[in-house]
Amino acid sequence: MGALARARQNPTTTAGAVITLLIVAAAVLAPFLAPYDPTEQDIMSRLQGPSAEFWLGTDQFGRDILSRLMFGAQISLTVSLGAIACAIVIGGVIGMVSGYVGGRFDLIVMQMMDVLLSFPSLILGLIVVALLGPDLINLVIAIALTAIAPFARIARAPTLVLKERAFVEAGHALGYSHTRILFRHILPNILSELLVMGSLWMATAVRTEASLSFIGLGVKPPTPTWGGMTRDGFENILDAPWLAIFPGVAILLLVLGLNMVGDGLRDATDPKLRHE
Amino acid sequence: MSNDAPLLQVTGLRKHFIMRQGFPTSRTTIIRAVEDVSLTIRPGEAVGLVGESGCGKSTAARAMLRLIEPTAGRVRFKGQDVLTARGDALKTIRRKMQMVFQDPYSSLNPRQTIGSALMEPMRVHHIATGAQARARAAAQLDEVGLPANALDRYPHEFSGGQRQRIGIARALTVEPELIVADEPVSALDVSVQAQVLLLLRELRTRRGLAFLFVSHDLSVVRWFCDRVAVMYLGRIVEEGPVAEVLRAPLHPYANMLREASPEPDPARRGKLPRIIGEIPSAAAPPTGCAFHPRCMGAMQACARVVPPLRPLGGGRAVACHLYDPAVAAAN
Repeated sequence: MGALARARQNPTTTAGAVITLLIVAAAVLAPFLAPYDPTEQDIMSRLQGPSAEFWLGTDQFGRDILSRLMFGAQISLTVSLGAIACAIVIGGVIGMVSGYVGGRFDLIVMQMMDVLLSFPSLILGLIVVALLGPDLINLVIAIALTAIAPFARIARAPTLVLKERAFVEAGHALGYSHTRILFRHILPNILSELLVMGSLWMATAVRTEASLSFIGLGVKPPTPTWGGMTRDGFENILDAPWLAIFPGVAILLLVLGLNMVGDGLRDATDPKLRHE
Repeated sequence: MSNDAPLLQVTGLRKHFIMRQGFPTSRTTIIRAVEDVSLTIRPGEAVGLVGESGCGKSTAARAMLRLIEPTAGRVRFKGQDVLTARGDALKTIRRKMQMVFQDPYSSLNPRQTIGSALMEPMRVHHIATGAQARARAAAQLDEVGLPANALDRYPHEFSGGQRQRIGIARALTVEPELIVADEPVSALDVSVQAQVLLLLRELRTRRGLAFLFVSHDLSVVRWFCDRVAVMYLGRIVEEGPVAEVLRAPLHPYANMLREASPEPDPARRGKLPRIIGEIPSAAAPPTGCAFHPRCMGAMQACARVVPPLRPLGGGRAVACHLYDPAVAAAN
């Protein structure tokens, strides 16, 4: 049975996938489905509770929370997907090359990765955004930087094993270049591990993005972000608790959904289960 | 055949592994896996390389193909220096020397179809591409006794013997002249062993391939090879035509090895092998002749002087003081 088929059989994974896909759909279809313009202010209807008119209420500028959440999901998903894609490519290549070359080179590269890993990801993200300035691209760079080291490690470990396998030796005997052996023979064998790790790290990236937005280092207002909405809602937490609660719940759901999918995929690709 | 120019000529091949252990004061251990190996293979000739586990026979074979960098020595393939070749020159030499591996399960990339594994070498060496390469791959599979529909399948769909055939087919795609076979059948079931050996011999005859056949199984070497070299702790101790060496070995170690090897002969039934001791560590080899602590005929000189591999006529050579008239007389 293939890994995907096994993952589908697990109800937790399916639930996680449904949650994640619903949020993705809301983000993609936001321009068509959102009931209001997310940046349109309406002083007359500010700080309203959930109602038939505004399903999730309005904020202190009278903007519709539901519409802002849908557009905010775009930022969350774009930033975390972009960051993790960068981290998989950069970290994966670093780890693969480091493990393949081995020796002193490997030692130095992996110690540099350990230095990167020793920073808490929020602190590292904070430093980068503070240095480069808060915008979408810099946010992607900052979060990617926090995830490169773990991906380098994930790529390196199986490379160390694979490079000793006879099919790699056969490649050398057949006159294949190192680039060919690395990318055509080793990479396909570690790709699934990198992608499973990617789905788990997506959740972390969503959280980091929200945290940076919360402390004001995310994408600048008036663009809605979930972290930023939570912070804004915090100022009125006693009068209008829904302002902070709904974006908080959105973050929670997305992180939960991604983690459930990631866990399921990890179990499904576990080599110990592969032959059952 | 003995008048032909050598296909592969190996002189004084050495491979030492350096191990550093311990902290803060690390100790360096040198493992002399291959200490001094000289060997000649002529076109179309099959040479067996036999010895116990850990004697360095696989390491020597890999060092000849430069799959690991030798520490010292010279390897010439058709007169070209293999050890100094780089880039395209090395690629061209590699094409002519291929390897068949012991473990058929790790020798094929699990994520690559058989067809892709067979066509990739053709593309790399500009032999064929596209439909032409596919046709050649199918023909290659046919030559090793597998159907063409195997092209689109993955290695896990095949048995050990079939995978070994695929490994052989892959080695043949680049039209080599020499095959280094590292225990090519020892991981297979006995019935499958025979089929793969028959295939190898058939290919040898049809394509005129030369073989370096690394094995610990004397009966397989006797059946497959023309000549045999017996290795002990990184050195060749005896060499000669396979029938003569295995019928009447000269070196005490070769003799012990033959005694320990079962023979399907009722007349020899019930004779227990006499094996004394076990192979010493290559990190701390004995002085003089490495075999002297286990040797029945050891003399004083054996503990001091390494016996050189001395030709005895009839294509035989032995590295033993017992056959050196000067040392024997002094004793």
